[in-house]
Amino acid sequence: MQSKDSRPGKRVLALTLNGRRREDAVADNELLVDYLREVAGLTGVKTGCDGGECGACTVLIDGEAALSCLTLAARCEGKSVETIEGLATQGRLGRLQRAFHEKLGTQCGYCTPGMILAAEALLRRNPDPSEHEIRTALAGNLCRCTGYVKIVESVRAAAASAAEAAL
Amino acid sequence: MTAPLDLRETERWRVPLIDGIDKVTGRARYTADLDHADALVGRILRSPVSHAEIVRVDVVAACALDGVVAIVTGEDCAQTYGVLPVAMNEYPLARGRVRYRGEPIAAVAAIDAETAARALELIELELRELPAYYTSEAARAPDAVRLHDNKPGNLEREVHHTFGDVAEGFAAADLVREANFSCAEVNHAQIEPHATLAEYDPLTGRLTVQSVSQVGYYLHLMLARCLGMDASRIRVIKPFIGGGFGSRVEVLNFELANALLARAAGGKVLMRLSREENFLTHRARPQTDMRLKLGMRKDGRITACECEVTQRGGAYAGYGIVTILYAGALLHGIYDIPAVKYDGYRVYSNLPPCGAMRGHGAVDSRHAFECLMDRMARELKLDPFAVRRTNMLRAPTRTPNDLMVNSCGLAECLDRVEQASGWRERIGRLPRGRGLGLACSHYVSGAAKPIHWTGEPHAVVNLRLDFDGAVTALTGAADIGQGSSTMVAIAVAETLGVPLDRVRVVSADSAITPKDNGAYSSRITFMVGNAAIDAAKHLKSRLAAAAARKLEARSEDVECAGDMFFVGSGEQSRLAFSEVVKAVLAEEGPVTVKGSFTCPPEAQGGKHRGGAVGSTMGFSYAAQVVEVSVDEELGKINVEKVWVALDCGRAINPLAVEGQIEGSVWMGMGQALSEETRYAEGLPLHASLLEYRVPTMAESPPIEAHIVESRDPFGPFGAKEASEGALAGFAPALTNAVANAIGLDLDELPLTPDRVMESLIERRRKARREAARAGAS
Repeated sequence: MQSKDSRPGKRVLALTLNGRRREDAVADNELLVDYLREVAGLTGVKTGCDGGECGACTVLIDGEAALSCLTLAARCEGKSVETIEGLATQGRLGRLQRAFHEKLGTQCGYCTPGMILAAEALLRRNPDPSEHEIRTALAGNLCRCTGYVKIVESVRAAAASAAEAAL
Repeated sequence: MTAPLDLRETERWRVPLIDGIDKVTGRARYTADLDHADALVGRILRSPVSHAEIVRVDVVAACALDGVVAIVTGEDCAQTYGVLPVAMNEYPLARGRVRYRGEPIAAVAAIDAETAARALELIELELRELPAYYTSEAARAPDAVRLHDNKPGNLEREVHHTFGDVAEGFAAADLVREANFSCAEVNHAQIEPHATLAEYDPLTGRLTVQSVSQVGYYLHLMLARCLGMDASRIRVIKPFIGGGFGSRVEVLNFELANALLARAAGGKVLMRLSREENFLTHRARPQTDMRLKLGMRKDGRITACECEVTQRGGAYAGYGIVTILYAGALLHGIYDIPAVKYDGYRVYSNLPPCGAMRGHGAVDSRHAFECLMDRMARELKLDPFAVRRTNMLRAPTRTPNDLMVNSCGLAECLDRVEQASGWRERIGRLPRGRGLGLACSHYVSGAAKPIHWTGEPHAVVNLRLDFDGAVTALTGAADIGQGSSTMVAIAVAETLGVPLDRVRVVSADSAITPKDNGAYSSRITFMVGNAAIDAAKHLKSRLAAAAARKLEARSEDVECAGDMFFVGSGEQSRLAFSEVVKAVLAEEGPVTVKGSFTCPPEAQGGKHRGGAVGSTMGFSYAAQVVEVSVDEELGKINVEKVWVALDCGRAINPLAVEGQIEGSVWMGMGQALSEETRYAEGLPLHASLLEYRVPTMAESPPIEAHIVESRDPFGPFGAKEASEGALAGFAPALTNAVANAIGLDLDELPLTPDRVMESLIERRRKARREAARAGAS
């Protein structure tokens, strides 16, 4: 049993969160998901399982999709972390947010933030993914509502809209 | 009843969810996201054994722990609860006995999660173990200990229904076949884990609960009952909900335990369940054994059906009686069968209680029926489509068990998937290992007789119009992701002739919205949709009267479209919506109107015991073709594509209907291919999303959804349900496709590689034995 003395130490974590520098005291054993939700108040980050099973807590760390429930907050020192709250800028939805909204890539919405961030990581490294590439890249994100059909459509639409905007 | 309004144009309403932006931006607040900065953490102590008498629960040491604010046990609530008024046999926290591993015994509220966890360890339990039963057969053994004293043989309910002359039916058949089927228990696995936030104010004696409920009204009733509070002192609010699928229709033990904690602590308590605890809470589709016998004439016409269903229901009643009744009642309502005998057995066992899950009660018996029907068609060298066309119901009609069928688009569903899948060109011409299979299914658009039968209307919607010109729809209907609030907004906007963004929907807050029976049995579109149209008609007539006075016209000549009121062609005499609002308010102040919907008595089922179950104003119908490839070396089935057509009467929002069809077919696929719960001596081996295998995106096929519109005479704009009807068809269509691909009839779900391999090996053994016998002779 843990006594008060054996409580983990704390340190100051400095990171960039959704484009803004910030510093917070975090416990050594604090998970990124708990830091984001409970300290930073970013409740768009969801928990759907008991650790690494569902993908709902996916965030971007230095542009790569990562499970915030399996990441220690302290490991993000000096890194850039992005959550769903950071994707809409200046009153405009991000390309994936718009596509998921318009194409009904979201039903209950619970897996949506993690799904969109996993897709965002995919589109940043592969702007024009095939259906197979989408299905493989997002296979770690479970959705129980859509049967994934409209999620795949949403990601394709977002990729197409980005390509169009680049012309 | 007057003829329903029709939609002016459907494509106009192919719209995203009205709360979709909240969901894609992360702004949507689910229960665990609500402000809980000052809340205590609630945790539950669960039974470590499957069946035992509770000798002692000692919380003295736990209470003494610094940071523990409240502990409640079975001593704190002597009231049972449950979803069916006739079968409330469960306590929020066990009293006297525990009947499954994981059953809540005590709950703790503490200043943080670590303290709550330590407190749970300090609670001393003394249990005297009893024999435990994990299969229906073991629980029904003559010498088995009763789980509930009033239920001999551990039978919660047996059902024996016969309609028509079954003996005569079988005598008239050219082919009679019987087969056994078994379907594993499955779980909803909604992605949002259960959570509940309760706040008790000791100064005012009021309780506010925000929870994941699909039916806030049931939760409200059970909170009042179990806390012994006047219902008027309770407020139940539904935040955003991350899926339900039936898991949250019943009031759940943790919701009541957490409210007990909040009252004991005199404050606010947030309880979040782990994924493992979600599986322990369960309330999903039971493990089911079926024996099915069908009689068929040479032309494919079914002459008789005899079906025996045994459901392993778990430790408490829950929805069980309704589930076992549905399994029999919905053998009817899709095909014209002259004689049906049904025997159903709902059995108690020492496992987490089962409950309602999408396609409630009907899925497993539909699976057995569609599989056996297909096998018999094959034996008679009949085409699977032809057999179904020969037998399908023609509307309007009443079934032998007295269910009303007002519209049926199954014929068109069959045509659509036959063409889309290229069935006629491809069937019988596919390479070995590749196959096509067909199945049909149906489901109710809301139970025509609700469980809590009070005589009230089945649905009520209020509309408010105030100086700002916003039309606010107040509905108790719980949007759980299916888009019901969007449906209400469309129904109101379409009826009034205003743009969608003029309508705002406020839903599921007992302090504000009218009571609603909730999100279950696909009732909302049909019932709440009709109530919303009714309310909008009332509001429209008030607005039209005011506009008529301004325009000096008769109110019946006034129309509204595109946010304008006008007479005739409207060129000279037009009034903007905002001007009409001013005119109405000048006369009577802010306006509130009410709309309602009631299912007439003739829709509420037969007079036989249990006859209300299955009754509905409108059945949805679906046909689907599944294409598979089967790897005979690995026993692995790959679903290549699904073509599905659903008759939803009328698609109020085609985008949302497609989403529901795709999602329900896919959920059927999970049950058919990979999902199953497994227990070792009552210990769940499946209690994570890694062990409980929900299909991932990589394993999921393209699903081509077709919408068929039969225009139901009573549905809102002719609509029926769209969320459940297609689910039950997937598993039999898959099983039939596997038979087509490798010539193997499989009787057990899910069709996991080990089950497929076992059948393949058995077939090879049998072939070898026969070859040896032939050689010897």
